[in-house]
Amino acid sequence: MIKLSFSGKGMFFAAFLAAVLSGCAPSSKTKENKIVIWHWMVDRQSAFTELAKEYESQTGTKVEFKLFFPPDIYSQKVIAAARANTLPDIFGILGEKKMSASFIKSGHILNMTPYMEAKGGKWKNRFNPQALKVNVFSDNNPYGVPGGIYGVPIDTTVLNFVYNRELFKKAGLDPDNPPRTLDEFISDAGIVKDKLGVDGFVCGWGEGWLLNALATEWAINLMGEDKFLKTIKGGVSYTDKDWVKVFSFFSRLKDSGILASGIATMTNKEAEDAFSKNKAVFSFNGTWAVNVYAQLNPGLDYAFFPLPKVSDKFPVKIWGGAGSSFMVNSGSSQKDKAVAFLKWLTAEKQQIFLIDKTRNLPAIKGCSGHLPGVLKAATETFGSLTHPDVWPQNEDSQVIEVINRGLQQIIMGIKKPAEAAEDIQKTKERVSRK
Amino acid sequence: MKDKAVNFSFIVPALVIFTLFWIYPFFYTFILAFQENDLISAPKFIGLSNFRLVFTSGDWWSSMYNGGFITLWALTFQNILALTLALAVDRVIRLRKFYKVVFFILPVLSEIIIGLLMKQFLVSEPVGRDVFNHLLNSVGLGFLAHDWLGTAHVRMITAIVHCWKGFGWAFIIFLAGLQSIPEQLYEAARIDGAGAWHCFTKITMPLLMPVVTLVVVLTILGTMQAFAMILALTGGAGGLTTVPVMVIYDHLRHNIAGLAAAEGLVLGVILVAVSFTMFFISKKIREKYGVLPG
Repeated sequence: MIKLSFSGKGMFFAAFLAAVLSGCAPSSKTKENKIVIWHWMVDRQSAFTELAKEYESQTGTKVEFKLFFPPDIYSQKVIAAARANTLPDIFGILGEKKMSASFIKSGHILNMTPYMEAKGGKWKNRFNPQALKVNVFSDNNPYGVPGGIYGVPIDTTVLNFVYNRELFKKAGLDPDNPPRTLDEFISDAGIVKDKLGVDGFVCGWGEGWLLNALATEWAINLMGEDKFLKTIKGGVSYTDKDWVKVFSFFSRLKDSGILASGIATMTNKEAEDAFSKNKAVFSFNGTWAVNVYAQLNPGLDYAFFPLPKVSDKFPVKIWGGAGSSFMVNSGSSQKDKAVAFLKWLTAEKQQIFLIDKTRNLPAIKGCSGHLPGVLKAATETFGSLTHPDVWPQNEDSQVIEVINRGLQQIIMGIKKPAEAAEDIQKTKERVSRK
Repeated sequence: MKDKAVNFSFIVPALVIFTLFWIYPFFYTFILAFQENDLISAPKFIGLSNFRLVFTSGDWWSSMYNGGFITLWALTFQNILALTLALAVDRVIRLRKFYKVVFFILPVLSEIIIGLLMKQFLVSEPVGRDVFNHLLNSVGLGFLAHDWLGTAHVRMITAIVHCWKGFGWAFIIFLAGLQSIPEQLYEAARIDGAGAWHCFTKITMPLLMPVVTLVVVLTILGTMQAFAMILALTGGAGGLTTVPVMVIYDHLRHNIAGLAAAEGLVLGVILVAVSFTMFFISKKIREKYGVLPG
């Protein structure tokens, strides 16, 4: 038996503690000529790595992209790192604007305004305004954050409807004429279902947020953006007849029989898989799906189309804006290098490279000539984008949760629209009292 | 003195790990529950507001109801199945080990795997394989086929899947309890003319009571804290299968850490109270029927 002296054991224990605690060392305090970036975009890791090599060869600065997946785990890692003051030089935030505001107020995010507005706003003017807008905090915002630009968008995302052109043709529908109204949408989906036995509509409604996005788009189209925002502020009740009507669109979809079986528990990955394999004629998804569909079925013949309207009274607004953004750690010793890298990453050449490799909409203007045909249609909606991050106030996450759940219950046939509206309003009032 | 220090040094690593990863988080949960804390900004002390929110929240009690519903199924269907199988395996000599292994495979499998697998079985195209409906059709019960996870039945289906996955634990514990009952008691009873039913009600069940209590308590604790399988199977299904841990998880995901901590404490207190009540009831039953405390 090996005998350790007391001091030997003490040293052993000290080494053990050192090994454990070394994991808590701040990662951004390194003096090395290296920038560390944390992200969650699994489909872009190889493209990012290639860009990092290119940047190193051009500038001598090493860039390391560290991927953490799935997004929930990434989110928790970033929060834990913020608490431990071990954030990397560049990172992204997944979550509501309220969370970005907390990071900013705690001094973790660098205000990019001086960099963006230098030389007459040369860098700032490069971006699609909608993509940049989600990273902007206006003066006197409700979050108490000093006004400014706090993030750099690296792409743009738009949530749109997609339809399978091949199934349209097979069902005798015009593949160049997607539905423009909800009535046409239900009719076309029904025709495809009757003629081909294929589901009318798939979507990751088990995840809730896609339901919420669609409800938002229909609500704005039906009641206008002002009334919609007034609801968030508490000035309009969710039991208002317009809101009940919005919820009733979902019961119409259910009653029409066009929804895929199990849609209320379907994940977006499952919906993407089904749509890419010609198992449904319509879906509602983000532009990131172009890359997903290309990987699952390169021969898929499909196109995006705008929201099927429910009213002509108010314009259609599409859920979209910055897809992913990067923030610079204000405590990083490499922050100037980090800013320089982001400036380089959002230059035209690198954005075109990302379009080619990842099939995402760029964050900057002037790249439309390089977009795949299917994405060009999505750029036409750039003028009518909306997103919670650009609204003056966001709905409480608990209310959003009840909205999503209510919509799921409607499409499962468990609740009527008016009942769901009452549940939502009750939660809204309870949260407001808090 | 030096000896004591040397001896103490042996437990220091375990003590440090236990303190860092169990004791500290446990007490930190108490602190969090009294704060408005998004885990990033400076926390704000808000007294009992989080608890008030928990007690007045319909969502929380609805999740407790869902958890209670699944627990009721687990206490009855799951445990009766487990006891029946344990009794059968205890009596059957041949292939006893084989059955033990077969019944214990499910609890060993990952909850996520079970959830995803059952989703494939229960959901029809385009997402699932609709195995269960095909099976019903093939045995002439096609009229029963329907969208199992897309209707109000989803709660009951989730409970059944949970029981199917979990009965193996109860089975093993019941079997161990049965095998600890001395065979001579049964032999003596049979000599006195007792039949199988009498042996079961007068010997097996009273002597198995401590094990039954243990299984009941473990079932309540395990089922009320069920999470991963339900998340993978239904994701909540419009709140019909949202169980308490899913609510806590969701609040943590949205960085409402104070509320999540308060919910965790409320759930913990309820479960501790239920466990003690069960032990108390079990003790009373054993005293009433003259069975020695186990």
